Order: sequence, then structure tokens, then C-alpha cells
Amino acid sequence: MPLDLSDRVQTVPPSGIRRFFEIAEERDDVISLGVGEPDFATPWAARDAAIASLEVGKTSYTANRGKRELRERIADYVADGFDLEYDPADEIIVTAGASEAVDLAFRALVDPGDTVAIAQPSYISYEPGVIFAGGEVCSVPTSKADEFTLTVEALESAGADEADLLVLCYPNNPTGAVMSEAELEPIAEFAREHDLTVLSDEIYAELTYNGSHTSIATLEGMRERTIVFNGFSKAHAMTGLRLGYALGPPKAINAMNKIHQYTMLSAPTTAQHAAIEALDSCDEEVREMVAQYDRRRQFVLSRFREIGLDVFEAKGAFYCFPEVPDGWTAEEFAEGVLREEGVAVVPGDVFGAGGEGHLRVSYATGLNDLREALDRIETFVEEHV
Amino acid sequence: MSEREVLELLRENARYSTADIARMTDLDESEVATAIDDLEAAGVVQGYQAVVDWDELEEERVRAEVELNVRLDRETGYDDIAERLARFPEVTALRLVSGDYDFDMEVEGDSIREVSQFISEKVAPVPEITQTVTHYVMTSYKENGIEFGDGEEDDRLSFSP
Ligand SMILES: Cc1ncc(COP(=O)(O)O)c(C=O)c1O
Repeated sequence: MPLDLSDRVQTVPPSGIRRFFEIAEERDDVISLGVGEPDFATPWAARDAAIASLEVGKTSYTANRGKRELRERIADYVADGFDLEYDPADEIIVTAGASEAVDLAFRALVDPGDTVAIAQPSYISYEPGVIFAGGEVCSVPTSKADEFTLTVEALESAGADEADLLVLCYPNNPTGAVMSEAELEPIAEFAREHDLTVLSDEIYAELTYNGSHTSIATLEGMRERTIVFNGFSKAHAMTGLRLGYALGPPKAINAMNKIHQYTMLSAPTTAQHAAIEALDSCDEEVREMVAQYDRRRQFVLSRFREIGLDVFEAKGAFYCFPEVPDGWTAEEFAEGVLREEGVAVVPGDVFGAGGEGHLRVSYATGLNDLREALDRIETFVEEHV
Repeated sequence: MSEREVLELLRENARYSTADIARMTDLDESEVATAIDDLEAAGVVQGYQAVVDWDELEEERVRAEVELNVRLDRETGYDDIAERLARFPEVTALRLVSGDYDFDMEVEGDSIREVSQFISEKVAPVPEITQTVTHYVMTSYKENGIEFGDGEEDDRLSFSP
């Protein structure tokens, strides 16, 4: 038979969001709170640097690991911002989005049959990534009772002590949860005790409200067993430029680079020029965007409370995670508000165990639209609940 | 500090309700109301107006930026001249500026004729004014921090991971 698809590809179900997409397409007045990307444009200086690099014809491949200059800037940025000390020579790799970095890590570290524990709900690409790499997933649900932080009890009851890798994402997509140093400490101890490699997706690190971000890699004995992911998509509003990076011990980064050099060669050159400028001169714009997100966050949280939907106090990223009313599934509720009120939100179960009964509401949308969308949700609740 | 935050939000959109502003800050509604009252009483907030894109309106509205040069004498200072000019209802903004000319004046009227007449008959004859240079506004792209245009479409996917 021609086109005999691989078992790995066939194992992964189509995205749970697909059906909603089709409903959304039918109306032209949809306000979307379903997006996982900034509504701001890339800071102008970064766009300008990209344009300037094109004008002078800087359009060839770069070093496999990314331009040296960019790796140096990244090293400074993560050192200043998050106490992460990495050598630009062999501990940093620049990739086509954090997405690619995550995929490289799975392929570099997972053998068929290896188990990857994933703290969920979380970003939807980890699970397929593990399966494409031939591994098996161990879901570790977090819950509102623990403010969607990961606990050792959760790890133990999910059997994560048997796992080979552990995936963390804080600040979290979709819950907006963050984990403090004190909360990460026992997780680090668990990882050391059970010899887990930790993949820590910290792409929302900069979007941490009233507090600073702690990377698990900064905790004792963790640097050598952690790979940190970050990128320019969120805080620097550069999703379409496709640029991310991974930080880790040379052994891991070299292995990832081996795959990267055969599949990608190097990350987009134009985007690398934009990224250097973004780190050099766009702090002010980043601060302003973060301030805007914070205002919207407070607005949205307070509106959900007024509407009467229980909502967890999201402290990072640009999502909040309200509960649907009793008697509803997240999917029914999300489909209802989309069909009747034209507001797009994502049911929480799409993001894995622990997400049931919740909605992911993105506030990466202007205040006027947020206001209108929440009024519509209120109407829906008044009419149906 | 919180007053400053309230001020920023009012500048963004003066029609945010006190409830909206309270939702966006750590303040409760009565604190927001008090902050606004204080800002008004202190003269920090001088008024609230709509930001208008006249190009979107059928009727004509003519606006001009006028550069004014003045000669001061012992009895007359900038403030005296400004006071006189600011009284004209046609003048919507008046600023003393550094550089090649002294005052930067914005004028509005219903027609070019009306604006020209105002400048030649009311402004130019002011004895201290030595020169006027009038620039008619042809298109306005941004006013009071708000960009005009047909509102760029949000072409992001309605759902993304
Ligand atoms: C947690 C998380 N990691 C990674 C990504 C992908 O980022 P990138 O655009 O850098 O591939 C996203 C995007 O939504 C995300 O939410």
C-alpha cells in the first residue's frame, strides 16, 4: 500500500482544537480569547534590524548553533534576568522556535520505551513530541487545590519515580500558574533522587507578574540534569519569526545540535538579527507589554469573579483558567459560548490531565475586545446557568 | 503611585468606568473615584474629550498648525500674547516652543476660508506678532496617542496552542 503512515504518526490524535476552528469560521463576529500568541507587533527596533539585515543581503545560513553574537546576548540575558549561567560556546543552541528545541531534546534524550513524565495541564506539543521520539508519556495531573503547581505527591501517585524525564512548564500554558523557588525545591529533590532529566519550558519567564521567575536549573544539583527552553515568541512578540533556544550542559546541547544540523541546519537568519536587537534595545517595549498584560490579567480575573465563575489567580503567561459551572463539561461550555455568543475559548482538557472542567482564556487581546467578550460570556452564563 | 496608574488608564480611555479601572488596578472602586476626584481638583486632569478622526466624517473640518513669531517688548511677555490668543475659540491648542519660531498654534474651522480669515484678520494684526506660517492639515494619522486608519485586522488564528 502506498503511503503507509508510521505508527507513531497515527498514534497521535488530531488536535482537539480543530472542531472549534470550524465553528469559529462560520461567524464573522468572533472575539477570540483562544490565541496563544501576543497581540502586539514585534518591537520596531527588532523589525528594523531584520529589515536592515535583509537589505545588506545577510541571507545565508548561520553557524548551526546560531550566530555567536546572538548566543552571547542570550547568555547575558538569562544570566541577568534569571541567574542562569551558560557558556555561549557549547551550552546554548538557537532553534526555530522553542518548539524545535523541545523536539530536539526529546529526540536527543528519549529512547524507544523511555518514559517522559509531563506535569499537566500544559502546552499541547509535549505529548506528541514524546510519541514521535518513540517514548511513552506518564501524565502527572496538577489541580486547582495546589494552585496548579506540581507536587511530589502528584509525581508519586502518577508513578513518575519510574520515569526518565520530567517536563515542566512554569509560568504555565494554559493555567498561568508559576512555581516559586520553595515549591520547586522538593521537585528538584525528587528529580535528583530518582535520577530524572528535567526539561523546563520557561518561554513565559518574562511574563511573571508581581514576582520574579525562578528556574529549576538554578537549584542545587539541577544544572547538570536540566535543559531550559526559552524563546522570543512571547515576551518579545516574535511568534512568526520562529526563534527560540535551549540551555543545557554541553553533552545535551551537542546531541541536540547533531539533530538540528541535519534537520534545520540553522535557525532563520533574519530572525536571529531581529533577536540580537530585541535583546540589545527592546527592554522598554517588553516592560510596557508586560504591564499591559498585567492590567488585562487583573481585569479578566475580576470579571470572571463577578460573573460567578471560579477562577484561579493566574500569576504568569497570558492565560487565565476559570472553571465551568457545575453540570457542564468544558467542551460543552466552550462550544456554547462560541456558537451563541461568538467568543472563542479553549476547553481545558485539550491540555491534558488536570485540565478538565476548565477553560483556557487568553488575554493577549485588546481591552475593548476583552471587555466585550466577558460581557458576552456573562450573558451566556445568565441565560444558561 | 496609584494616582499615576489611574491617570494612565484615563489617558488610554477616559470612558473606562471606575469599575473597569478598579478591575485593572489593585484599588477598589471608591479609591478609584477618589483618585479621579483628586486629579480633577488638583487641575491635573483638565477635561475629557473625544479623539476624532475628522476624515471619517462627511462634513468638512479644517485644521491648521500655525507657526507664530513674536517680538517682545518691555511691557509684553509671552504669557500676555498667549493669553490673548488662547481666548479665540478657533484656537484649539497653543504652545510656546523652542526652536525656529515661538508659538505653535492649532486652529480649527469649517472651511479653509474661515481659517485663513481668522489668521489674517484676528491673529496677524496682533501687534507683537511678526510672522505667521500656516500649515493646513491634510491627513491625520495619529491624535492623542491613538493611531487612525481602518483598524488593522487581527488576522491571527482564532485558536492557537
Ligand atoms: C509553553 C510553550 N512552549 C513553547 C511554545 C512555542 O513557542 P515557539 O513559538 O518559540 O515555538 C508555546 C507557544 O504557545 C508555549 O505556550
